[in-house]
Amino acid sequence: MPVSITLTVNGRPAALTVEPNTLLVDAIRQHLSLTGTHVGCDTSQCGACVVHLDGVSVKSCTTLAVQADGRNVTTIEGLAAPDGTLHPMQAAFKEHHGLQCGFCTPGMVMSAVDLARVNPNATPEEIRHWLEGNICRCTGYHNIVKAVESGLQAMKTGAAAQAAE
Amino acid sequence: MGRFGFGQALRRVEDDRFLTGQGLYTDDVTLPGQAIGYVVRSPYAHGDITALDVSAAREMPGVLAVLTDADLTAAGIGGLPCVVRPTGTNGQKMPVPDRPVLARGRVRYVGEPVAFVVAETLEQARDAAEQILLDVEILPAVADLVAAVAPDAPLLWPDHAPGNVLTDFALGDAAAVEAAFSTAVHRVSLDLINNRLAPTPLEPRGALAAYDPADGSYTLHTGSQGSHTLRDWLCRLVLNLPPEKLRVVAGDVGGGFGMRLFLYNEQVLVLAAARLTGRPVKWIADRGEGFQSDTHGRDQRNHAELALDADGRILALRVRSLGNVGAYLSQMGAFVPTMAGTSMLTGVYHVPVAYAHAQVVVTNTAPVDAYRGAGRPEAAYVIERLMDAAARQLGLPRDEIRRRNFPAVLPYRTAFGHVYDSGDFPRLLETAQLRADWAGFEARRAEARQRGRLRGLGISYYVEVCGGGGDETAHLELHADGTATVLIGTQSTGQGHETAYAQMVAAEFGISPQAVRVKQGDTAVVPTGKGTGGSRSLPVGGASLSQAVDTVIALARPLAAARLGAAEDSVRFEDGVFLAPASNEGVRLTDLAVEAPAGTLKATSAWKPPAGTYPNGCHLVEVEIDPDTGATEVLRYTIVDDVGVVINPLLLKGQVVGGVAQGLGQALCEGVVYEADSGQLLTGSLMDYALPRADNLPDIDFSTIEIPCTTNLLGVKGAGEAGTIGSTPAVMSAVLDALAPCGITHLDMPATPLAVWTALQTAGTRP
Repeated sequence: MPVSITLTVNGRPAALTVEPNTLLVDAIRQHLSLTGTHVGCDTSQCGACVVHLDGVSVKSCTTLAVQADGRNVTTIEGLAAPDGTLHPMQAAFKEHHGLQCGFCTPGMVMSAVDLARVNPNATPEEIRHWLEGNICRCTGYHNIVKAVESGLQAMKTGAAAQAAE
Repeated sequence: MGRFGFGQALRRVEDDRFLTGQGLYTDDVTLPGQAIGYVVRSPYAHGDITALDVSAAREMPGVLAVLTDADLTAAGIGGLPCVVRPTGTNGQKMPVPDRPVLARGRVRYVGEPVAFVVAETLEQARDAAEQILLDVEILPAVADLVAAVAPDAPLLWPDHAPGNVLTDFALGDAAAVEAAFSTAVHRVSLDLINNRLAPTPLEPRGALAAYDPADGSYTLHTGSQGSHTLRDWLCRLVLNLPPEKLRVVAGDVGGGFGMRLFLYNEQVLVLAAARLTGRPVKWIADRGEGFQSDTHGRDQRNHAELALDADGRILALRVRSLGNVGAYLSQMGAFVPTMAGTSMLTGVYHVPVAYAHAQVVVTNTAPVDAYRGAGRPEAAYVIERLMDAAARQLGLPRDEIRRRNFPAVLPYRTAFGHVYDSGDFPRLLETAQLRADWAGFEARRAEARQRGRLRGLGISYYVEVCGGGGDETAHLELHADGTATVLIGTQSTGQGHETAYAQMVAAEFGISPQAVRVKQGDTAVVPTGKGTGGSRSLPVGGASLSQAVDTVIALARPLAAARLGAAEDSVRFEDGVFLAPASNEGVRLTDLAVEAPAGTLKATSAWKPPAGTYPNGCHLVEVEIDPDTGATEVLRYTIVDDVGVVINPLLLKGQVVGGVAQGLGQALCEGVVYEADSGQLLTGSLMDYALPRADNLPDIDFSTIEIPCTTNLLGVKGAGEAGTIGSTPAVMSAVLDALAPCGITHLDMPATPLAVWTALQTAGTRP
């Protein structure tokens, strides 16, 4: 039987009617037409579907839409500033050529942003470990690790600048 | 900065849309009224279909159509084509068995499409599929290619492939090779498995078709490496349709690696279903379907022999191979183990005489076709493993035996007829050895031994051939508003063509790269195309574009001369500005574009390469193995490449490092496994098929020595596959070097922890 849920998606309220077994990723892609969140596998391995639920990264392919009821969802579309300025992590991926085909990129960036919450001073080795649940078939990860290192640094600098204001 | 912006590490113009979720991949396209298709696949590897009853499924809620082979045949839809047919030693073209879009009478691999259900929703289509009655009388199956050529093996295509061999392909001088072997001081031989791989681009395959009954035209959205090729195959060989009646749109493509060059059953099915139902029909693979039905790569066995003189100089090479093409021939499936790879078996070495023989073998497995490198990685693996084995047998250092066998001078014609036009193999090897501190390795090995770890140093020197596939047409127009448009038929699947092409145009025209629109992948927008494969997009597509750039500049020259009041041939052109002789007076090309009659500053150019290009380079790898677990850790990785002139070093490094990850994956963790007797796919998900993760790879020290290609207009050699080709043998060389103190001289890929641990247990000796 369909269920009504209300949630906040990228800062905007959304009311959806979903099946109890609707996956969060399907709600995001099909109900909300936010197609930046991708599906690359069916076993929760690839991480292309990572979004933030109340600021914490989750694989939206293994989260039910009803679990997001009353909560905040941030997808890749909600990361850049309203004026289009890229989030420091997005900018770092561009600067360091941390993406090629772009399919894993939304999940990769959302995971990387959450690393700033968990371990803002992550070493390259810790970054590689953190990204173990995000598969990239194109880059060989080298530039992704450089990008995340740089993005974490930029996020710290940005946070410090905000605090000083 | 050279011409065409060469050498600039321009950041990618396509990145903003990918980084903000605005990419448009196949599943992101939704057409009004679209229905969803679901493929019912064979759960058996081999058997006769005794019943296929879809009547109950057709009555299920939401179902719009259920297609079987009978429906496609009635609609006049043909089977999937094979477009490359090697000529065998018998002088005959390889026979091609039928490949129906949906199984006809018999199934021959697990995952073969049997029926196509179209419904309002995916859930309804899946529920309806459950109601299909499929009865199969199971036949003995064979999945392994050595088992397939055994005398008592089950036969897949007795009329086409007696003994499961479709054709015997040979190259070289067998008698001269035999003579050289008979008198050689040293003979080295190896039996190698080139493991079967699943290319696995991260975007699953998909297709969305719409049919317009008003004019009988179709539109097909599908991620592809070449929309025009796909359209032409579909129209000419499957649908019997004029090409103007089918528009193919690739959109953004989430990785290809060769696998997305090909025409698949499901692309035909959505087209047929769209016409039949009058609704757009979408099909998106889930990952499990991908493992069953994407074309696989590699899967060869090689018996390789090298004859050498007393000093370790090569006298002859002989390689006998089996190449698995699966149960049906994909478009280029038979090309890979025959024409594509065998001629590169001599590597970068002076091999006076060589002979290669390859048998194209059918098995009860998914079709096998080109995967990043397509035959060249297999060839590089064979010759580089042979060089290591020869070094060991003769007691020579692995770098020395290579150095000793490099051709004395370039250009060099190989025994198989390739002409290496340019390069400096000794210099690249030496540079790599310095960067990797080759000389200090034994100290690192000894230090690792103190920690109970086995450290190994691996080496490979690869060469490959790029730039095939004929010409590529580039269309370029400079508009009055100072922007430019490039239409080109190559296809980016992540390589960054939009940036590379824009960089070339922007640098010459004196405009921003963002002002250059690169359009690809839509047959309604781009007139012609041959697609991306074989690392051809810059060596061929880029060269064509450079000619178009020069033509546009030449078209503007009379306007500039008139404006400057100077003779045409006295006017110089630099960085987007025409300059009068001996004065500071100049006029920008973009200013001329404002006043030029619309549509006059445009050019179409097609450059056809006169010969292949030969990227080459040295990979040095250091690994440590934990003898208690067999796990291999890659600690250092050094590459020195000669890919000719470098257009964008950032994109180049991205291509090479990404390629290394795939080659390393083949060496250490990846492998498609079918159960021997049942032919069941055991590696059917990302939980079973091990793709390299971020923590499996080290940072990579990558550098280039630019030696311009002499046969390419731009001096470019190509780089899309180089990393994959060089890395697989280098990583295996390192693993075997680490294990050598334990008396282990051979290991097949993938060198998983279990394989390494088992080899250590069997060897019984600890260092």
